[in-house]
Amino acid sequence: MLKIKNIHARVEDKTILNGINLDVKPGEVHAIMGPNGSGKSTLASVLAGREDFEVTEGSIEFLGKDLLKMSPEDRAREGVFLAFQYPVEIPGVSTVNFMKTALNKIREYRGQDTLDAVSFLTLMKEKIKLVDIDQSLLSRSLNESFSGGEKKRNEIFQMAMLEPKLAILDETDSGLDIDALRIVANGVNKLQTKDNATIIVTHYQRLLDYIVPDYVHVLYNGKIVKSGTKELAMELEEKGYDWIKSEMEVA
Amino acid sequence: MNTATKKENISSSFIESFDFAQFQFAVEQRTKAYEAFKAMGLPDAKSEEYKFAPVSKWLTKHFSAAELSTQAIAANESVKDLLNPEFAENRVVFVNGFYNKALSSITSDSKITIQPLGEAIASNPSLPFDQLNTTDPFGLVNSTLWSDGLYINVPKNITEKKPLFIHYLHDASSNKVSAHTKLFVTVGENASFNIIEKTDTLGDQPVFNTINEEIIVEENAFFNYCKIQNDAGQLTHVANTTIHQHKSSRTDTYTFTLNGKLIRNNLNIIIDGEGCDSHFYGLYLTNGDTLVDNHTTVDHKKPNSFSNQLYKGLMDGKSKGVFNGKIFVRPHAQKTNAFQSNRNLLLSEDTTVNTKPQLEIWADDVKCSHGCTTGQLDKEALFYLQSRGIPKATAKAMLLYAFAGEVLDVIKDEQLKNYIDSIVSERLHKVY
Repeated sequence: MLKIKNIHARVEDKTILNGINLDVKPGEVHAIMGPNGSGKSTLASVLAGREDFEVTEGSIEFLGKDLLKMSPEDRAREGVFLAFQYPVEIPGVSTVNFMKTALNKIREYRGQDTLDAVSFLTLMKEKIKLVDIDQSLLSRSLNESFSGGEKKRNEIFQMAMLEPKLAILDETDSGLDIDALRIVANGVNKLQTKDNATIIVTHYQRLLDYIVPDYVHVLYNGKIVKSGTKELAMELEEKGYDWIKSEMEVA
Repeated sequence: MNTATKKENISSSFIESFDFAQFQFAVEQRTKAYEAFKAMGLPDAKSEEYKFAPVSKWLTKHFSAAELSTQAIAANESVKDLLNPEFAENRVVFVNGFYNKALSSITSDSKITIQPLGEAIASNPSLPFDQLNTTDPFGLVNSTLWSDGLYINVPKNITEKKPLFIHYLHDASSNKVSAHTKLFVTVGENASFNIIEKTDTLGDQPVFNTINEEIIVEENAFFNYCKIQNDAGQLTHVANTTIHQHKSSRTDTYTFTLNGKLIRNNLNIIIDGEGCDSHFYGLYLTNGDTLVDNHTTVDHKKPNSFSNQLYKGLMDGKSKGVFNGKIFVRPHAQKTNAFQSNRNLLLSEDTTVNTKPQLEIWADDVKCSHGCTTGQLDKEALFYLQSRGIPKATAKAMLLYAFAGEVLDVIKDEQLKNYIDSIVSERLHKVY
């Protein structure tokens, strides 16, 4: 599904990614862990097509297509979804209108009929249950004066609405209390099928107690320095990132 | 002779040649205004009040004093094609500065006086139509050269919800137009009145248009006022609007500037009673070489009143925006709440905005705030929308519309709201 080959990327003059290789197949859950500044969020941004990052080397193939050639909106329409670490507050645009526009633009792109108001509302009500989000919140300006937890739930709600093939969760657990974390994780798990894949970008292991990864990769200085199964995450939690750092220095 | 003296001479010979002999009414007031104007002169680039709005330069370039003084009612029949079908029901029409009875149709409550100001003065020479003496130089030009105007008197306890639409049409298809009118309104105690005004121009000869407006809002009265400036002509417009609020009255004003060449709105509010509520909203959505300059003054003379200003600008092309907001809180106007906000989005590299809040507060127990921001479209917000599959152009339109929406949302009159909304939506390519 996703083939990342030797990706190098920089922001302005600073190189952040130094040759990332990663293969993600349908049905898989990958966790990308690493200390602050290791390049985790940059990788997520590069996948979603954020303009500030320049890819200087390497390739990314998504479902057989060259992802790097696509605009952010086309990536979304092909099935890539990024749950933002810091969801943007947009005054004057309600979540409902935003989602209706997004969903219909994606459907148009895929040659499907656009949804009328009633079908959209029915779909929305069904998806709301998944993340236990207050419907009145969705009529308000997007993320404006939402709590941290509400913002993250709103991200997962959007994910549920758009049904992506590849979901990238960028530090979705940051700023969540344990109850919100459980709700968010539960939502993600329910959306997981054998046909789609999830990449979880996280600093801490705790989200992985709820969303169990098939693979865990450790990112350090812009490279994947260690890959393993969920046990690797436990080991990291126990030994801390200094363990990776010292291991790297020895090498 | 150096350039400065030369300019000075052009300006003074221009002023010396004003001719208002054609107007037989309000001669005394005209003479007085003209003397004051002569003493003041045309504001040049060094003038604090007009440094960003080169009205004088434009005026002396396009008009001789004789052309400025020549006002003619003659207009092409097709000028009436400029009328808005949306506002056909209750309207007053002026053509080239003269009241046009044939195109007007007034359906407001018959207890309300609505008549041409020249006629009103003829029958009542002591009508105090210019008691709130303007000191603006172009306000004085108006008081010297005005051809006609409108007098509205809403008696006490009369509530008229239906807006009166005042349409100023100019026929500049073959001649330059110099058009100057006045509006004098008194909204009586517990009364309520609603005005929408608009200018439109036929043809592309230069139009110099001034309007002086004095509105007295009596105790517990409500006045709603909307200006739609979307004139496709070569229009330079200077408005001097002064609203005098008495105890417990409320005023809402809306200024929408969407087109025009050089637009200067001087909006002055005098809060002369306790418990007043005043809301001023502005939205300027400009492109091409439009210059829009909003100068507002809110003068809190009495305690316990509230004023709020929200002006927002979306500027594209080579357009320029100016906002100058003065708030005065007089020494005994304690417990005043006065707020002001001016926010601008620049959509091209060639636009400029000059914004200046000016607060002068002499009272010590007040809540006042002001804020101005000028920026570009939020790239992070744009990316967020795009990352959900929304094309960049649509995402941009959504953000711009949302920005303008804050002002559109507060319009109370549904028909007016739909009308403005449709223009703004089209302008911002709202197609989602």
